[in-house]
Amino acid sequence: MRIYATYNIKGGVGKTTAAVNLAYLAAAETGLRTVLWDLDPQGAASFMFRVKPRVKGGGKALIRGRRPLDDAIKGTDFANLDLIPADFTYRNMDLLLDSAGSGGSGSGAPGGKPARTLSKLLAPLAAAYDAVFLDCPPSISLVSENVLHAADVIVVPLIPTTLSVRTLDQLTEFIAGFDGRRPDVVAFFSMVDARKKLHREVTARLCSERKDVAATAIPALSTIEKMSVERAPVTVFAPRSAAARAYRALWAEIRSRGG
Amino acid sequence: MAPGLAGFVASGDDAGMWDAAVLGVLAALGKGFTVLPERAGVPGTGGARRRTWFDTFDWRLYRAGLALEYVAAHRGGELRLTSIRPATGDTRAATGDTRPAAGPAAAAGPAADGDIRQPVTGWLASRPHRLQDLPEGPIAARVAALAAPRALLPVVTVSSTVSVSRLLNEDGKTVARLLVERPLVECPLTERPLLAAGHAGRPRHAGRPRHAGRAPLAPRLTVTAVRGYSGQARRAARMVSLAGGVLPAAEPVFASALRALGRRPGDSSNKAGPDITAGMPAAEAAAVILLRLLDTIEANVPGVLRDIDTEFLHDLRVSVRRTRSALKLFGDVLTGPSAGRNTKSDGLTEDELARFTAEFKWIGDLTTPARDLDVHLLGFEETARTLKAAKPDDLEPFRAYLTQRRLKEYRALARGLRSPRFAALIRDWRAALAKIIDNSKSIGEAGSGEAPVGEAGRGEAGLDARAAAARPGSSRRRAGGTAEVLAADRTRRAFAKVARRGAAITPASPHAALHDLRKRCKELRYVLEFFAPLHDPAAYGKVIADLRRLQDCLGEFQDTDVQIGEIRALAASMLAAGEAPAVTLLAMGEVTAGLAARQQAARADFERRFAAFAGEAGQRRMALLLRGGAG
Repeated sequence: MRIYATYNIKGGVGKTTAAVNLAYLAAAETGLRTVLWDLDPQGAASFMFRVKPRVKGGGKALIRGRRPLDDAIKGTDFANLDLIPADFTYRNMDLLLDSAGSGGSGSGAPGGKPARTLSKLLAPLAAAYDAVFLDCPPSISLVSENVLHAADVIVVPLIPTTLSVRTLDQLTEFIAGFDGRRPDVVAFFSMVDARKKLHREVTARLCSERKDVAATAIPALSTIEKMSVERAPVTVFAPRSAAARAYRALWAEIRSRGG
Repeated sequence: MAPGLAGFVASGDDAGMWDAAVLGVLAALGKGFTVLPERAGVPGTGGARRRTWFDTFDWRLYRAGLALEYVAAHRGGELRLTSIRPATGDTRAATGDTRPAAGPAAAAGPAADGDIRQPVTGWLASRPHRLQDLPEGPIAARVAALAAPRALLPVVTVSSTVSVSRLLNEDGKTVARLLVERPLVECPLTERPLLAAGHAGRPRHAGRPRHAGRAPLAPRLTVTAVRGYSGQARRAARMVSLAGGVLPAAEPVFASALRALGRRPGDSSNKAGPDITAGMPAAEAAAVILLRLLDTIEANVPGVLRDIDTEFLHDLRVSVRRTRSALKLFGDVLTGPSAGRNTKSDGLTEDELARFTAEFKWIGDLTTPARDLDVHLLGFEETARTLKAAKPDDLEPFRAYLTQRRLKEYRALARGLRSPRFAALIRDWRAALAKIIDNSKSIGEAGSGEAPVGEAGRGEAGLDARAAAARPGSSRRRAGGTAEVLAADRTRRAFAKVARRGAAITPASPHAALHDLRKRCKELRYVLEFFAPLHDPAAYGKVIADLRRLQDCLGEFQDTDVQIGEIRALAASMLAAGEAPAVTLLAMGEVTAGLAARQQAARADFERRFAAFAGEAGQRRMALLLRGGAG
């Protein structure tokens, strides 16, 4: 089982659209048994799959191990692709992870280090799934630290600006400080507007200069914006669109990098 | 996609009504859901579908309540392991609940046994697959322990055209699907004769033409659940069942398909059994038992010839051994005037009996070298793991040598099984047994005014007293009366022999004495099993359990002895052939040392096991079994 996380400190950079489209491609086109966990309390990924952003017993029961992750899984409309929906209680996930991880009050708590709680919760899914996608809320917090420890590959959408490259460096440094296993980082430019000179320049320069930036960029396209209207991955409602082609190329590139 | 299935078929036989029934169902579902056709181009749904079910020759998965299905797809395919509901009397069929009776409460759960799916590539639906061909994953993990060392054979293939409708909730989310399917059953290519189907008559050795059995099955509607929405799927299933024109399907497609081919699952057994009754003439009972064994021998021949898995040869050998024991234990009742009645209808002559006895010994001997090599190779991994001084790799030349020898021995065995001599034996033996059964039946009908011997004796005493009628010297030449009398007499004698010879064994006894006792135990076990339907099940179970433990102990003692001897011989021949590196010989030495330790442990255990079976308490249990009678 390989765990992919779409992550960025900033919001609105295309994390959820990437998670939804990549997870769909993994399931439908690569044939991997895939589950996407919508960790963002806003529940955008759940919305895209028309699943109610609600988990029985709330996030607390899940994080403390009182209710197996399995119980929360919902089938999407698509073969091989399941979803663990968001829940509004995820807004307190930092606290939950902290108390669960430190052995806190929950009786069924996984125990151990707070930063590894998510990793332990995900482990039992290995029997039933080949790929897990984690769609993370934008922040630097215990949630993101958990995600970074759990994931094999961190997929980082970047807006082509100099500042966003700085955040990528910060992330890479942070991960370099991990003991033991470190995830691979694959960044890609997202919402690229070919009409903007800065976007064109930053994209071209960094794609060629940096090994951790994918050659594939996802353009700013109205098809991608339409996802929230169609409530489906772009490959489903516009399979031959430029957007679908771009996500296919990105998924192929992530896979070819051993992801 | 689909935990919680509900299948429906048309309520009438009129094929023309089906389309109307489907429209009625769609209209009914439209009142509770938005019904849309499945999205075009979404993989995994709709269109043509071809499914092949796999099981072992002896239906191990089916017996464990599982069905393994391969669904071909444009990119590789998928294996699905699902639990199947009991064959009859399950009311859950109506609600479409496919969970095992004792399964977990959550229909939408990830399916403990119920619903495991695994993508596979390069899987051929028409071929047997060895377990090592199964890709690693949840299905292999679940199936391997059940099936080993058997291969998975294609059982039946169903191709169908499926149209799929999505049932949406108020959010536009697919919460269930309705599949409309027109299935066609195909007979698997040449594999059909390989599948055990006792009632279907004798298996054919030759292949069959492709798709000889293609036939339409009843069209079906199926409601499938989407994970996490099983309540909605149940609601949809209720709406379908109330729509009219359809009825809950009584069986899964798999079972319908088999039935269409005149077969039924799970129908194979090595044990001769249920056709024996207490009052049956002894000669007829003996012939019925032997005929069953012959069926098993024949059924396993194609699997041995194609070398599908090692169990075919094993089962063939067991049936040959049982046949030989039966001939030794009660072959006499097959000779002379049938069933002791004054008729001219003869059974076998003494010469014929001697010929069949000799021929079955020939088959036994013919199969021994191949089986011995199978045993070495089957235990190879385990043996290699237990090495302490040597490395597992040191044994690789030994494995290569064994594999090569096995190939040679299997070829020799195949020549024997294809020979006119073997064909003649099978043909003549079957004819002789059929004649004895026919004679006995026709006499039974002619003399139906008389009370059968068994009936006359009933009530006065159990098997114990009536055994006197069959004692050698008294009425043995009159061929023993009924099955019940025969069973009591021959079981008693077999037990007496085991008790006597076992008691004579001391720590100083040679290995041969234990080997001989093992054979006598096997004979006793077989005679008990042949006549099992005549015994009280509880008393029978106790005797068998003790006997099995004694047999295991003796088996371990002898098998290790034989293997030590064989490894020594193999080492000598490897050396002679120049294929024996020094490390390999050393490792083989270590293997024999391990075997010797196991043998000593078994020897040390013998007295205890023997006392448990044939001591005072054991004798009492046996007496109880024989007195208890049956019938």
